[in-house]
Amino acid sequence: MNLSDYKDVYVFAEQRDGKIQNVALELLGKARELADANKEKVVAILLGKNIKDKAAELIAAGADKVLVVDHDLLETYLTEPYTEAITQIIKEQKPSILLIGATTIGRDLGPRVSARNVTGLTADATKLEISDDEAHEFRMTRPAFGGNLMATILCKDNRPQMSTVRPGVMQKLPADPSRKGEVVDYKIAFDEKKISRVKIVKTVKEKKTVTDIAAAKILVSGGRGVGNTEGFAKLEALAKELGGEVSSSRAMVDAGVMPADRQVGQTGKTVRPALYMACGISGAIQHLAGMEESEYIIAINKDKFAPIFSVADLGIVGDLHKIVPMLTERLKAMQK
Amino acid sequence: MNIVVCIKQVPDTTEVKINPVTGTLIREGVPSIMNPDDKGGLEFALQLKDQYGAHVTVITMGLPQAEAILREALAMGVDRAILLTDRKLGGADTLATSSALAGALRTMDFDLVITGRQAIDGDTAQVGPQIAEHLDLPQVSYMEDLKYDEKTKTFTIRKQMEDGYQILEMQAPCVVTALASAVKPRYMTVSGIVTAWDKEVEVWGADRINVPDDRIGKAGSPTSVFKAFPKQLKPAGETFELTPEESVELIINKLKEKHII
Repeated sequence: MNLSDYKDVYVFAEQRDGKIQNVALELLGKARELADANKEKVVAILLGKNIKDKAAELIAAGADKVLVVDHDLLETYLTEPYTEAITQIIKEQKPSILLIGATTIGRDLGPRVSARNVTGLTADATKLEISDDEAHEFRMTRPAFGGNLMATILCKDNRPQMSTVRPGVMQKLPADPSRKGEVVDYKIAFDEKKISRVKIVKTVKEKKTVTDIAAAKILVSGGRGVGNTEGFAKLEALAKELGGEVSSSRAMVDAGVMPADRQVGQTGKTVRPALYMACGISGAIQHLAGMEESEYIIAINKDKFAPIFSVADLGIVGDLHKIVPMLTERLKAMQK
Repeated sequence: MNIVVCIKQVPDTTEVKINPVTGTLIREGVPSIMNPDDKGGLEFALQLKDQYGAHVTVITMGLPQAEAILREALAMGVDRAILLTDRKLGGADTLATSSALAGALRTMDFDLVITGRQAIDGDTAQVGPQIAEHLDLPQVSYMEDLKYDEKTKTFTIRKQMEDGYQILEMQAPCVVTALASAVKPRYMTVSGIVTAWDKEVEVWGADRINVPDDRIGKAGSPTSVFKAFPKQLKPAGETFELTPEESVELIINKLKEKHII
């Protein structure tokens, strides 16, 4: 493998039902920065059916070029056709870097692509950078050991250098409709026999809660100290006054009090709201991993030794069951 | 039906504590456990054994002490346990790990391979799909449930998605990666524990798997760790012990100061 043959930063532009996923735009923002550091291009790979009109959105988000593969087999994600399409692009285009969103789709696709192309894949990176020395090394940093350690990973001798990145970690650029880019119709030759090995019987969308806590500007989050549904009702009331959403620690999801899509943390969602109010959350390292990037953190907890206070900007040692309703009333009174 | 379940021994990362002074990990006294997603996958296999009389094998790649989770699996009811252990396999990243496990699987007869979705010490979710790729088999990851049709040798799998789920079908032989949250693993039985110690744990070295040396261990790993460091927590702010009334005033003032309200 001649490493100098490989260039440019490629992004897998995940779409579902023809809608570009937010994580793809976030990755384009980061790819732009990486490509600029190496004076390279940002190329988006867009797979689907009748999706060519979405290319403009990717260019506005930072892509210089969009490779569109329009095919019946690519309408809904399936491991094999997606792996094969990306593999053929890798073989022909020789990307230096390939970024994939760490969604249930990306985490199924990424390892399959890496194994087919015999290259390394860093899982769920939280920081990507080009070293500012002469080597211009691509460094991928990720949490390991349940979020207790950070590890910086290199993929020195194999290409592309692949990484998945969790949604909500990178920042997308403001959309710039005046940006110019190239849109290429890309053809892939599929092995139909191999592709038909997995069949989709049905895809079911469950409207659990419409809100995505990762997109919320204000989160009122509850842990074990909140106790039960009644406790969470107090948090709901406060969130409503603040114009925010309610999220939860893992403990309350495991206890069945809160749904899984409201969970913040290593095994839940990564959030970085303007305000994160941690109520009755002790602050296990796995929880902190999912919220410590929040701009302003207020913690309310009875236990003054709770680890959550180590990341809080404002810590209140006290009873959330008293403070939260009083705060809600106070905010209500202020609005009048 | 023959099922092979790939399992891993991991430190219980929920028990890991940080030394507040040095910011380093306190590794002492952290128990080793069977990785939760793998244990979920094992339970799915044992349910297929209950229903269809499937023969269930567990395999783990690791240090000799990983035998403990194989004994646990035997006590839960599996038929055969294999420990793949060799210095040559050390220092492996996910690609080299999956190459070694795929090599072992190639020597075995199976209809279904089950792995956990991801291990709690690495959280990569890569080894299952990579095994499937090395073996050129179809895969479904994030499995929440599966059903089997004996006549057509077809598995019907429910796959978890962020916004719902998918029902997928594939024929044996194939690979699935299982979610711990989808199933409650059975406990070891007393008789299971007793007989687990009478059963043999097969110990395999790298010579058993017929994979070139440059595809396993450190040599077969495209990725390397440049550096590892404890997570830097941002400096703590101020913590106050006040009356509820004073606390509310303080919060209101801070929210105003930060232009949140």
